[in-house]
Amino acid sequence: MTLASRLLVGAAAPALAFVAAAVVTSGVLLGSGAAPAEFWKVVLSLPDARQLVSIVNAAAILYLSGLAAAVGFRMNLFNIGVEGQYRVATFVGAVFAGQSLLPGYLNTAATIVVAMAGGAAWAGLAALLKVTRGVSEVISTIMLNAIALSLVAYLLRKVGNREGQVVVTDQIQQSSWVANITLVPGEDTKVYGLALLAVVAGVAYAVVLNRTRFGFDLRATGASESAAVASGVNVKRMVIVSMLLSGAVAGLIGMPEMFGSSHAYGSTIQTGIGFTGIAVALLGRNNPGGIAVGALVFAFLAQQATPLGIEADISPEIIAVTQGVVVLSVVIAYEVVRRYRGRMEQAQVARELGDRQSGEVPV
Amino acid sequence: MPGSAVSLQGIAKRFPGVVANQDVSLDVRSGTVHAVVGENGAGKSTLMKILYGVQRPDEGTIAVRGEQVSFSSPTDAIAHGIGMVFQHFQLADNLTVVENVVLGAERLHGIGDKARAEIDRISTTYGFALDPDALVETLGVGERQRVEILKVLYRGARIIILDEPTAVLVPQEVEALFANLRELQREDHTLLFISHKLDEVLAIADEITVLRRGTTVGTVRPADVTQHDLAELMVGAELPDPGGGESTVTDRPVLEVRDLRVDDHDGRHLLSDVSLSIRAGEVVGVAGVEGNGQTELVEAVVGLRRAAAGGIALGGTDVTGWATRRRRAAGIGYIPEDRHRHGLLLDAPLWENRILGHQTRPPSARGPWIDRAGARRDTSRIVDAYDVRTPGIDHTAGSLSGGNQQKFIVGREMSGDPVLLVAAHPTRGVDVGAQAAVWERIREARRAGLAVLLVSADLDELIGLSDTIQVVLRGRLVGEFDPRTVTPQQLGAAMTGAAPSPAGDGSR
Repeated sequence: MTLASRLLVGAAAPALAFVAAAVVTSGVLLGSGAAPAEFWKVVLSLPDARQLVSIVNAAAILYLSGLAAAVGFRMNLFNIGVEGQYRVATFVGAVFAGQSLLPGYLNTAATIVVAMAGGAAWAGLAALLKVTRGVSEVISTIMLNAIALSLVAYLLRKVGNREGQVVVTDQIQQSSWVANITLVPGEDTKVYGLALLAVVAGVAYAVVLNRTRFGFDLRATGASESAAVASGVNVKRMVIVSMLLSGAVAGLIGMPEMFGSSHAYGSTIQTGIGFTGIAVALLGRNNPGGIAVGALVFAFLAQQATPLGIEADISPEIIAVTQGVVVLSVVIAYEVVRRYRGRMEQAQVARELGDRQSGEVPV
Repeated sequence: MPGSAVSLQGIAKRFPGVVANQDVSLDVRSGTVHAVVGENGAGKSTLMKILYGVQRPDEGTIAVRGEQVSFSSPTDAIAHGIGMVFQHFQLADNLTVVENVVLGAERLHGIGDKARAEIDRISTTYGFALDPDALVETLGVGERQRVEILKVLYRGARIIILDEPTAVLVPQEVEALFANLRELQREDHTLLFISHKLDEVLAIADEITVLRRGTTVGTVRPADVTQHDLAELMVGAELPDPGGGESTVTDRPVLEVRDLRVDDHDGRHLLSDVSLSIRAGEVVGVAGVEGNGQTELVEAVVGLRRAAAGGIALGGTDVTGWATRRRRAAGIGYIPEDRHRHGLLLDAPLWENRILGHQTRPPSARGPWIDRAGARRDTSRIVDAYDVRTPGIDHTAGSLSGGNQQKFIVGREMSGDPVLLVAAHPTRGVDVGAQAAVWERIREARRAGLAVLLVSADLDELIGLSDTIQVVLRGRLVGEFDPRTVTPQQLGAAMTGAAPSPAGDGSR
């Protein structure tokens, strides 16, 4: 296949998916008596500076969540527990940071490490269950999500302070806060300083996956477990390590906001990011660049949906339908394109080599 | 003469890179037991899948009771009275016999008393002796198989395909199965019996069709042939000789296996008391009918199966407790039996496949890093040196033909100066040219002092390449032969236990 046709086929899948999502969303709107034109006018309007900053912030957080899920997905390990790992990690990190054991940015760095360890430990439970007892990680991580939510809520009441309607952990000392970055000059809303963690994590993910032996083993296990085992991969060890890594990345999700605006863990913590991350990873095909696009698309749609109720009298929840259909269509479209590409390549190999297949002796 | 129940004419089926069936013709007379025999990979399964509607033939015609048919799914086959009993049972353990039989065929007799009455009737007619309310998980293997047969009868099958039905049975159960089959035959059912166990085939079949390398080589009557004749037909004794050459055997042992035992999950012995030594420059061939332990032996040597007892030493070092990776890094090259499942990442480019199994060593790795440039360079070298026909090393392994995939694997496993090559069926499913190339490479490496453990179903390959041939039967090494004097017929007899072997175990 030439590079051009390869790119064309590659771009066909997401394009198809978005068209399908647009059609289905419009259909749902029509069916519920709303005007699709109004909807698209609001959703596809140009975001202003404040919205733009919000999109970047939300995308950075979603990106980390998507990466956490993707680490497991690359070896067919379905870590559905990013949400729970993120909650546990952020809580543990906040409690640690609130102690102010270390001065200034040392406290920040140590907190990040503690949060990663917390996320990894929570994910490690599922890994242990899988390799010792054969428990499917899908089941155990879903269960662990429920446990994490209750456990953190309980502990928060124990160690937190009541501030009006909410309970929060001790405030982080101001010297450990991470300054926000001005994206648009003159705009009050700013990008979290630790949003850069998303960039660092993305680069690390790409390098580890594509350039290291560990990454090769991980991908090989995902591509064909039987071939990986025959090549000497210890699959149990890989399950544990990749699950720990997945949990550690999940531990990063809460950091940008914690050090950038909330400065504590409170009962108002953003929920559902871990689940959205799974969708983002699927949308981005577990590819570091793809996940970035997926995170931006999701953040954009979520942001644009906010004014729907006021400006078009449409419930903003409709955007969840759009997001859902995008993911579903992408998964289907990629599979269709993958098969098509496989056939094309086989045909091309046969063509370039002449028709040698006919000379093949039967087996 | 009874009429024709099933007639296949000129069947051909091709998969990308391989031809599974070619010019297959088969005529099964009504009310007979017709056996189809052939080595693993000879195309038996594909043929049966075509007859059962799982796959469509690329060429050829199928006629059932004289009527031309075209099946697009097993449902069509069932509608024409064809049923299949799979080797791997397809039963729900937590349901009862009745529930399993009725499942998916609720429309025939409902799910109540009528269904039960029908099951009772069938069970009594053929002497199945099954308790309709027993949970399947409480049944033994033989009983489960009868449930499977009951299922196809319940669906009205008059022509029943049995895929290797005796593979999972102990001898007493085989006897019981044969009694059931004769009962079925008496009721004018037609049975297609797939097997490679020659003694059983001779005992039960009215006619035997032999498949080799995807094509039918003949149909014989049991009265007219011996096991020797059948073995010869199956393995093709008249194939070109891979040629021996000078012996290069040294006195330096590379692989030493002593008293090796390998168990399955239930603790049954898959291999017992296997002792074997391979010296530098020596090729030891292992002959055996599929399923007698050769796969387990290979996997134990490579480290994919744990030894329950005994030990394995490589170059004088005990490696029994070593993981696969460590063994491979120590110089074991491995050409797996199933290249698609164990040898390649089909969706990955060729150069990434060069790294597979060689993750720890140059040129594909440098410390903890993958050496992309090194892997790519060496992939190009293999492609040139082994005549792997591909437009480029960025094409996926899955897009190459089977022969070229195999040449690539051989090239990869010969890289990095292995001390031991474990080769399972190295030329299975490859074209004649590639076969000759692979043989030449193995001989070259042997001259350079490589020790080779060769498992093959192709007796000519074994005789031509090996310095010593071991015969494996039911998990034990039962005979050692000198390839310069042995004939395929003698080997075939030892493999099936038909002739008295040195172990004196000739009951089958």
